[in-house]
Amino acid sequence: MRTGWRVAEVIGVTPETRTARTLRLRLPGLTGHRAGQHVDVRLTAPDGYTAVRSYSVASALPGDEFDLTVEELADGEVSPYLVHQVAVGDQLEVRGPVGGWFVWDPADPSPVQLIAGGSGVVPLMAMLRAHAAADPASPGAAAPFRLLYSVRAPDAVYYGGELDDLARSPLADVSVVYTRQAPAGSGRPPRRLDAATLVESVLPAADNPAVFVCGATAFVESVADWLVQAGHSPDRIKTERYGGTGTRP
Amino acid sequence: MTDNLDDLDYLDGNAAAGPLSEFFAIDVVSARGRCASCGRIDALATARLYPNSHGLLLRCPGCAEILMRLVDTGDSVCLDLHGLSFIELRRG
Repeated sequence: MRTGWRVAEVIGVTPETRTARTLRLRLPGLTGHRAGQHVDVRLTAPDGYTAVRSYSVASALPGDEFDLTVEELADGEVSPYLVHQVAVGDQLEVRGPVGGWFVWDPADPSPVQLIAGGSGVVPLMAMLRAHAAADPASPGAAAPFRLLYSVRAPDAVYYGGELDDLARSPLADVSVVYTRQAPAGSGRPPRRLDAATLVESVLPAADNPAVFVCGATAFVESVADWLVQAGHSPDRIKTERYGGTGTRP
Repeated sequence: MTDNLDDLDYLDGNAAAGPLSEFFAIDVVSARGRCASCGRIDALATARLYPNSHGLLLRCPGCAEILMRLVDTGDSVCLDLHGLSFIELRRG
């Protein structure tokens, strides 16, 4: 694990939606990262005022590069700069990647259930990518992976093409619940995620899956409660709230 | 994660991994700690994290007492651990 503030260089920018962008950073000396970790980013104003925010790593890369996907918050101090202004060649102060709790370990053969609310899909995408890239000899490589992704509308989906490819592959099952606007021609109205939909979409408690839930605080609270009511052990549920009052599923 | 929080909102203890990496050589949020108030033993990652403008508070998910308090003044950073009666690290 790397500690303290270091300087990373922006080496790529990729738009995900109208309000989110993926930055690829290079951090000299970094030797890979674990799936689910996050990075703290510090911006310093000319008057010395600093603001620190945490962003999940989206990538599963072996070397000194990693991706952060950042959603713009309208009243944010940091995210509008990262989404609209930062350019290739710019430098950012970062701490991490850090965190050893909300991570998927390729040595764990357990089935894995991922549950994302909105931009909470970012660290779960890192896990899907790490699973797809895992050494076939590692115990986790053959583990069943399933993603349940609750998202406002089709144009708010991150990594859409890659998730479509994964859904067609034997690597993962992917279900998307659209809460405000469903895709044209889908024949299904938008709906909030509820306990019944959750239970029919996720791996059964009897399989004892490792469950990772990431989203706004209210989303994570509701989902974790429903999982426990459906018989999942609280010890098997790991959560990452990204704060904000957000909306319930 | 977020740009703004009100007092009633909280994150998971794992979000404190960055600030705590300045104190600990290992990822301490994965370690188990015992609440000095109620005796609950759990990974610090499962505690409730309340960030504020000058640091953070980590509260016990069982009794809500303060486990850990970090105050960052820029020039120095101070960690108050009196709410934890032990921390257990797992090797390997």
